[in-house]
Amino acid sequence: MSSVHLEGVTKSFKDMVAVDNIDLDVREGEFLSFLGPSGCGKTTTLRMIGGFEQPTSGKIFLGEDNVAGLPAYKRNVNTVFQSYALFPHLAVAENVGYGLKRKKVGKDETKKRVEEMLELVDLPGYGDRRINQMSGGQQQRVALARALVNRPGVLLLDEPLGALDLKLRKQMQLELKRIQSEVGITFIYVTHDQEEAMTMSDRIAVMNAGHFEQIGAPQDIYEFPATEFVASFLGASNLLDGDVESGDGGMTRVKLAVGSTVSVPTNRMPAGAGHVRVGVRPEKLHITGAGATGDGGGTSANGHGANAVEAQVMVSTYIGVSTSYECRTSDGSKIVVYVQNLGNSAQPIGAGATVRLSWDPEHTFAVGANGGGK
Amino acid sequence: MAGEGRRKLTPYLLTLPGVGFLVVFFAIPMATVFSVSFQEGSLSQGFTFTGHWQNYTDTLARYDTQLIRSLMVGLIVTIMTLVISYPMMYWIAFRGGRRKNIYLLLILLPFFTPFLIRTLMWKTIFADEGILLGFLKDVGLVSDSYQVLATMTAVISGMVYNFLPFMALPLYVSLEKMDPRLLDAAADLYSSKRQAFLKVTLPLSYPGLFAGSLLTFIPAVGDPINPELLGGVNTTMIGQVVQREMLTNNAYPRGSAISFMLMAVILIGVFLYARVLGTEEMTG
Repeated sequence: MSSVHLEGVTKSFKDMVAVDNIDLDVREGEFLSFLGPSGCGKTTTLRMIGGFEQPTSGKIFLGEDNVAGLPAYKRNVNTVFQSYALFPHLAVAENVGYGLKRKKVGKDETKKRVEEMLELVDLPGYGDRRINQMSGGQQQRVALARALVNRPGVLLLDEPLGALDLKLRKQMQLELKRIQSEVGITFIYVTHDQEEAMTMSDRIAVMNAGHFEQIGAPQDIYEFPATEFVASFLGASNLLDGDVESGDGGMTRVKLAVGSTVSVPTNRMPAGAGHVRVGVRPEKLHITGAGATGDGGGTSANGHGANAVEAQVMVSTYIGVSTSYECRTSDGSKIVVYVQNLGNSAQPIGAGATVRLSWDPEHTFAVGANGGGK
Repeated sequence: MAGEGRRKLTPYLLTLPGVGFLVVFFAIPMATVFSVSFQEGSLSQGFTFTGHWQNYTDTLARYDTQLIRSLMVGLIVTIMTLVISYPMMYWIAFRGGRRKNIYLLLILLPFFTPFLIRTLMWKTIFADEGILLGFLKDVGLVSDSYQVLATMTAVISGMVYNFLPFMALPLYVSLEKMDPRLLDAAADLYSSKRQAFLKVTLPLSYPGLFAGSLLTFIPAVGDPINPELLGGVNTTMIGQVVQREMLTNNAYPRGSAISFMLMAVILIGVFLYARVLGTEEMTG
């Protein structure tokens, strides 16, 4: 088990910069995910840690050692590849034992460790099978065993569940998490699936256009996205333009373009920005018919008044577990609201109705007006 | 019931054209040639069936030199085509990028010319005062009496050139089929580039290597054209012997016996080769 530390790592291909001067600290034994759209540089970053690509500049530390420049076969890191890349000419046990054989581990020891590993990934007794006799999910487990058997300091996983169907993927997510806590190895996991990243990771590093947008625990990233990109890439967000008016202690007042003034916790304000976009997640909003004042929280726990805007319902969609309202404010901003269907008496508000949308200032965040560059 | 019976029969019915073709154009001629190899006589007196192996023992005693020479030439040609085409095909398969098919076409381009013409070209190239030797002799790099034509060098060169695609294409197919990410996986599992080649790329190219070797070795051993056009009296090969016995001497029984011996030797060789490479397991 070892930590991973990136310092000013840049990778350019010809005149395209794939990874742009990134820093990262991965703690020992941590499950960290690189999350981002395709082409954001997450796989390139992983490949640089693995040694399949060398950084154009910067340092890569595995534990204490700067490994930048070292080829993959000299690094104490193993990888689970996207398409598994299992050796088709070798049996399952030979695949799993391949690395040990190269490392000149003794025959008996190899046999023992391969069997233990096949047990761990729930494939005991499959050693003599050929790869093409295994299902996709089984191949996935073989690939995992083949990497883990070498007891690497860090395990890299490049969208390992991408080829599996949804049900199997959910199952493997839990399985991977179980195996990780069992072996205690640092996992770095690349995915473009936000739910997958949320389910498994201790921390998520959201990547876009070759740099990290935000690194943090899943809850932090979801509740308080630091940039517009993170706010819209992870789940749905409502973003409203506004100008900073004043701050008092914990709260900053922002005058929205639609007219009302809202409170945003100061520690979630982008530093030094005058013009910001105020955000709130759709499930945090209360919707009430216009005029029905006092509903929707009136005053929040910390004594500040609730944030609120007026809007008109454009579309209301009954989904079963919830009802989704698509509303539009007077300045044309779109706001989406999810309301849980708690009672069967609640009548959905019809399209065209004017409503008041309110939410707790504690659920408010703000990002720079041009943040994220989506 | 009738429907089910027909459904069971259908696969067999579908093979009928193929089976029929093979029976008429392969099995019957083979059986005929085999039976002829046990006959004796001449074209004027007619042939009679004897049932003994004399044709085999006689021809083996008489043409053992040519048989062994042919097998050796076949082996050399196979190894040379392999050594030339493996790096070439490796490069096209892994580094060819979008131009893969153009490179392949370039390799095949000469083979749009008929076999005979191509071989005759080599005769021009190797001629004692031809474009190659004429030049070398003019500049004094080789002596005036030096010759390539009518030597083993000329025969083997011609064969290597003529049989190259038969080795190259199967090799290409097996290399191209390989997922290059397997090399990443090998590197990930502590293999240097050399080890990755020996433990992953090479074994995965065995099927192509095997097919290419057969497609080169078998026709090379029996080829009468290259030794006839490029060789001389000391380079006679078994294909020429069969041709002479059959077409010049009209000694059909002897020609048939040699053909069958050649076939037996090749079959044994192929079987041993398959055992060594373990190709049975891979293709089966």
